[in-house]
Amino acid sequence: MSTTTMSEYRVDPVSGLKINRTANTLVKWNAFAAVVFLLVGGLFGLGVALTRMPSVQLLSPEIFYLALTAHGLINLAVWIIFFEMAVLYFLGAHVLGNRLATPRWAWTQFWLMLVGAAMVAVAVLGGNSSVMMTSYVPLTAEPHFYLGLILFAVGALIGCFVFLGTLVIAKREKTYSGSLPLVVFGGVTATIIAVFTIVSGALILIPTFLWSVGLIEHIDPMMYRVVWWGFGHSSQQINVVTHISIWYLISSLVFGAKPMSEKVSRGAFLLYILFLQLGSAHHLLSDPGLTSAWKIFNTSYMIYLAVLASMIHGLTVPGSIEVAQRKKGLDAGLFTWLRKAPWGNPIFSGMFLSLVGFGFIGGITGVVMSVEQINMIIHNTMYLPGHFHGTLVVGTTMAFMAATYWLIPVVFQRKIALTGMAKWQPYVFSLGAWVFSIALMGAGTMGVQRRHADITFAGQPLAYQYPEIAKGLMDIGEIFGVIMSVGAVMFIIVVLASIFTGERIAEDSAPWPKVEDADVVFEKSGKKHIGIWGMEAPGTFVLAMILFATIILYYFINFKYLSTVWGMS
Amino acid sequence: MGTSYTPPTNPDWWREPIERTEMIWIVLSFTWCIFMFGWMIGWHWIGNQNMSNETYKTTPEAFSQKVADMQAKYTVRQDEATGEDVVAPPPGSDVYLAGMMWQWRPILEFQKGKTYRLHMSSLDVGHGFSLQPENINFQVYPGYEQVLNLTPNKTGIFSIACGEYCGGGDTMGHHTMLGRIYVKE
Repeated sequence: MSTTTMSEYRVDPVSGLKINRTANTLVKWNAFAAVVFLLVGGLFGLGVALTRMPSVQLLSPEIFYLALTAHGLINLAVWIIFFEMAVLYFLGAHVLGNRLATPRWAWTQFWLMLVGAAMVAVAVLGGNSSVMMTSYVPLTAEPHFYLGLILFAVGALIGCFVFLGTLVIAKREKTYSGSLPLVVFGGVTATIIAVFTIVSGALILIPTFLWSVGLIEHIDPMMYRVVWWGFGHSSQQINVVTHISIWYLISSLVFGAKPMSEKVSRGAFLLYILFLQLGSAHHLLSDPGLTSAWKIFNTSYMIYLAVLASMIHGLTVPGSIEVAQRKKGLDAGLFTWLRKAPWGNPIFSGMFLSLVGFGFIGGITGVVMSVEQINMIIHNTMYLPGHFHGTLVVGTTMAFMAATYWLIPVVFQRKIALTGMAKWQPYVFSLGAWVFSIALMGAGTMGVQRRHADITFAGQPLAYQYPEIAKGLMDIGEIFGVIMSVGAVMFIIVVLASIFTGERIAEDSAPWPKVEDADVVFEKSGKKHIGIWGMEAPGTFVLAMILFATIILYYFINFKYLSTVWGMS
Repeated sequence: MGTSYTPPTNPDWWREPIERTEMIWIVLSFTWCIFMFGWMIGWHWIGNQNMSNETYKTTPEAFSQKVADMQAKYTVRQDEATGEDVVAPPPGSDVYLAGMMWQWRPILEFQKGKTYRLHMSSLDVGHGFSLQPENINFQVYPGYEQVLNLTPNKTGIFSIACGEYCGGGDTMGHHTMLGRIYVKE
């Protein structure tokens, strides 16, 4: 057992957490790397956006495909997974007042991921690996493209085990008592899914690497897709679980809220573990060689239980905020609790925009498009990028940004600089991302294909003209894509300004005022009941019913449209 | 007492009752999930737009031979735009459509309201069959021959774009990959 002296720890004046210095350094470096990659990937994304605008078409097709590959990999994998490593270490060490297991292995995680990302970047920028992030065989990339991905994944896998080891230490050294806190439970959920995900990735990327250097002769393109999506989709579920944990965390930090029901929230996390992996099959709905029975079983029986889990979190997170606000005296009417929320605080506004946007934009569309038949009129159109920007950008990235505003004072011991910019950032970023997603989905509904360098088919004898409104939607969407980029740049400026020039928070400075637990305030008030209609969170229930009605309406609109196209059987 | 980042204050949290708002929502959501499950199965009987379950193993050589045979048999005219063969197989027959870098061939002609057995495969990498403006989309791979029973319900000129990134560069590529289906009365 290592010798744990108090100097290895500091008590953070901002959060009151007992923070291990080594763990903190690793959180810092992973979070910093994440933000740098967000910037790099975002710049490629801006290039993509300006090319997909029919009236601009900035990049030539060759550079476009290179930029799209880079954007996908960096923003979908590198930024998010580096940030998730920071979150896992924070949950295992900081939240539990614990040290990090095997810091040396944690550094191995960091460097392997960095070297892996660099190798992929070299391969992509070299111009011979424009195979998109999905790298479907038999498209071929340079061997170091696959090797870089493998190293990156191995790094992440090591990070997962460091986190699990950290939990073992916390249990053994009794840094907490009873059950794990809900957010750490969420972290465990993410880690379990991550292990499954990375193993799936290894199962397909290692043979593909061997194929690229000539040691394996043939990789079946269908088999590649089946296994690859066990990696590709599950990795998105890691993001969902992580950002939902962040929603719960921020609800407690800002409002002193506690989960409405530990049982329900944890049960919902468990549903993800049990039912999500096979749900990855919804990426294969329009593939040959798989039967409808296989598709329906895997995507509906399995995924709908994962959908159920998301619907539950979608209610319990705002519900816990509502309950806390009501207990603190904002018990009048349906929405007073929401109106009087701290909308000028980017930690809250970012989190709440992430929650609402993820539900309405990413969530509803995700449920509808993963119906076997509906998928035929959506598959691989611009609807896809529209949808997953609605989950990954509107949901995950916004939540990570909101969390960063809280993490900077705690982890980097600096006050947020440029608070005015920080206050507006979630709104600018979300405005851009929301309209971008919706407009792209509109264009996709009209048939505009994804990953096309030029949607006008210029110079082709068989050229097809998309409806003018589809091109207009692409223009509008990409203009808001630029606004989204502005929001991202604002975030990066605030982060860099804060960690390099922000006012230092001395270790021995007076503790920051802590938000009181809503329960404590409630007890003091002497009141017994909150809410109306026998519900503690009636406002949230009304919001949830709006979501519910929207799903049903949207579901049947799509079936109505489907029923008008050519007959197929 | 209690937050999401501290251990549950009640060690027996598993036995706590579920609050009404949550309970109603869980029941509603689960009911909807069950409905969606049933509807997706039901559409195979009540709907006219369903995925085909008929797929064969093939090779690019074997498949291009089938395309060539069909083309030799049923070419009816030359296409005005490209001068290529337009192939009009009789209703109910087997029709072969090949995706390749970077075109869908041959150009086909169908009759409205008639059903065709459309075989799709790729001669090189993965492609996506994307019929516009209907916006019907399928994955197409080398080595797999999917058979789709297709019944056009409108007349006109329909384009096939590519829905799966298949490489290419500045002059030709994924974004220039096209094919065509004419549908007449």
